[in-house]
Amino acid sequence: MSVESTTLKAYAEHPRTPEYGALRFGTLTPALEKAPEDGTYFLNMGPQHPSMHGVLRLLLRLDGEMVVHCEPVIGYSHRAHEKMAERGIFAQFLPNPSRMDYLGGMIYNVGYCQAVERAFSIEVPERARVLRTLCCELNRISSHLLWFGTFLLDLGAFTPFLLAFQDREKILDILDSASGSRLTYCYASFGGLTLDIPDDFAARTRQYIKEQREAFHTYHELVTGNVIFQQRCEGVGVFSKDTVLSYGMTGPNARASGIAYDVRKAEPYGFYPELDFEVPTREEGDCLARYFVRFEEMEQSLRMVEQCLDRLPDGPVGPKKPLVRVKPKPGEYYHCVESPRGQFGMFIVADKNPEPWRIKARTPSFSNLSAMAEMLEGTMVADTIAILGSIDIVMPEIDR
Amino acid sequence: MTSLLETLEGTLGAWATNLLLGFVILAGLITVNAMFMVWFERKVAGWVQGRLGPMEHGPQGTLQTLLDVIKLLGKESIIPDSVDRKVFLLAPVVAFLPALALLSLLPYDANMTMTDVESGLLLIFAFGGVSLMGIFMGAWSSNNKFALLGGMRAVSQNIAYELPLLLSAMAVVLCAGSLNLGDIVAAQTGADGLWFIFLQPVALGIYLIAATAETNRAPFDIPEAESELVAGFHTEYTGMGFAVFFLAEYTYMFIVCGVGATLFLGGGDGPVLPGPVWFLLKVYFLLFLMVMARWTYPRLRFDQLMNLAWKFLIPLSLINLLATAAILKLV
Repeated sequence: MSVESTTLKAYAEHPRTPEYGALRFGTLTPALEKAPEDGTYFLNMGPQHPSMHGVLRLLLRLDGEMVVHCEPVIGYSHRAHEKMAERGIFAQFLPNPSRMDYLGGMIYNVGYCQAVERAFSIEVPERARVLRTLCCELNRISSHLLWFGTFLLDLGAFTPFLLAFQDREKILDILDSASGSRLTYCYASFGGLTLDIPDDFAARTRQYIKEQREAFHTYHELVTGNVIFQQRCEGVGVFSKDTVLSYGMTGPNARASGIAYDVRKAEPYGFYPELDFEVPTREEGDCLARYFVRFEEMEQSLRMVEQCLDRLPDGPVGPKKPLVRVKPKPGEYYHCVESPRGQFGMFIVADKNPEPWRIKARTPSFSNLSAMAEMLEGTMVADTIAILGSIDIVMPEIDR
Repeated sequence: MTSLLETLEGTLGAWATNLLLGFVILAGLITVNAMFMVWFERKVAGWVQGRLGPMEHGPQGTLQTLLDVIKLLGKESIIPDSVDRKVFLLAPVVAFLPALALLSLLPYDANMTMTDVESGLLLIFAFGGVSLMGIFMGAWSSNNKFALLGGMRAVSQNIAYELPLLLSAMAVVLCAGSLNLGDIVAAQTGADGLWFIFLQPVALGIYLIAATAETNRAPFDIPEAESELVAGFHTEYTGMGFAVFFLAEYTYMFIVCGVGATLFLGGGDGPVLPGPVWFLLKVYFLLFLMVMARWTYPRLRFDQLMNLAWKFLIPLSLINLLATAAILKLV
């Protein structure tokens, strides 16, 4: 009796019940529920909205065009990836990471493999190590290109979006020729790669690098020098160093605020220790700084791809027989990689069973989005969209 | 054809026949222009973006818009429950109807103005202001916050840009000494006539910027900024309601470019080809510039847009007007 009534009471008091107005707004905090007497009004943006990057929902309190208060609502593309990991052996989770962040699929896929390899001491042949890094960097460029396109689309320019997609297409074709898939890769497996690259891979990639460098020139001529673009970005959405550190922002967003943290340098993994590259940083922390940081990163990535191609050794790309059943050592393991959006970490808890006991993914967009909500207060609606576009979130990676 | 006209004149009288004829011609112009412009815009967009644009229906996709129109006609017009029904239904009509009056005021050639009035230019700006009412009615009656935001933006933007538009046109009026569009063209043609683009280049620049803003075109399309306001003032419109707003937008583009061609490019003036052809060529050249701007620039923010009008374009056009007046007085 007592248990039952407690449960019912908890249900009745749960903020998602209609009594709390959940049918209309979801859970409203006092800042949003304020009576409209002060002239402000409530605006629900998303999850179906052209520039919410998937299914983000922003609850906004607006004063005319100014944002007074903002609350992001997440969870619309929650697919229980972490729970899925516990339901199968380690190898059965291989296709999942690339579906968390569909723009950095290769990096997530490789990151998971490296986490497992590092935890259970699995050897990776040299050729696979170089190739993984190469494909990850290509993937990073394709992710940043898509960001460039959608960011400009959010600012109202349509043409850069298509130009960026045409160039991104070339990367997708190259990665397709190697891995067999275009977006949600499952190329790496424990102990190496599933397939070797085709013969024309190197030639195609070099050709692409050449074309991409020319294309960057076009982008800069079309977009970077544009007065409207600079006015829309300069001084908009400034993240201070303190904000970045307190919210745990990583990746290009942190580097645009002057924090030179890059997992590839800080905790080197894969082939990165042997590559010559720089970590571009900016001090301003505004949308323009994030724009420049990402562009410089793409140029660094092109350099890295070239170096990988030059130093690609011969040999096997993986174990002769695919390593399906890894032998886990009980313990807790953490491995992180630099995804296009920041630090992506895999926390693995293993017992002696072939299934992971728990897998927790540390995804960068979650921290980046959390910091954004505070940032939006006092900006205009148009800035809201610009800032959201500039921090480059991927919703399935937040919701998982 | 002649016998048909004679029969019509016999039954209706000359005045009614002219009215009917003019109406049919203008309606045809509006439809053909809109259909051509949609195709033209998509082709230019394709060209700018390194792709083909519509290719499937007809040679080079020329029939694409015709089929789009048929599709739009077949769409169900959804009227949401919470809208103010009368205003909601009236809004597209109010937005579109002034276009008919405006088209009849344009001088397509020396003696080809359907409604030749002394203060033609004034009438054009007056009627142009009416269409704003339609946009705001649609935004207000939709009972949608995105639409309302779009409507608010449209009103403040149109009021701000009406001033530089008028002031830059006034500089031309001073040069020509008349508000009659036919007289303005006449002042630019003839033996010692010079197109006003050479006398008033600053006014032309201001006019083009203000006209783009006045027609809510990118980079000034903040009333319908799709990445911010979904579809802005026409968020709740479907099917033909949306199509009429769309038609109005393309017709107003034609009109502002027609006025631009009249004021600055000598209207129907040009060698070899007949006047109306020259006029249309000039109009579509200006339209091409507008289309190119749309596919090149990002969108301005609301406050930047206002700053551009109030702090830059209006003072500049005032200075231009005063300078023109002073020079005309002295010379």
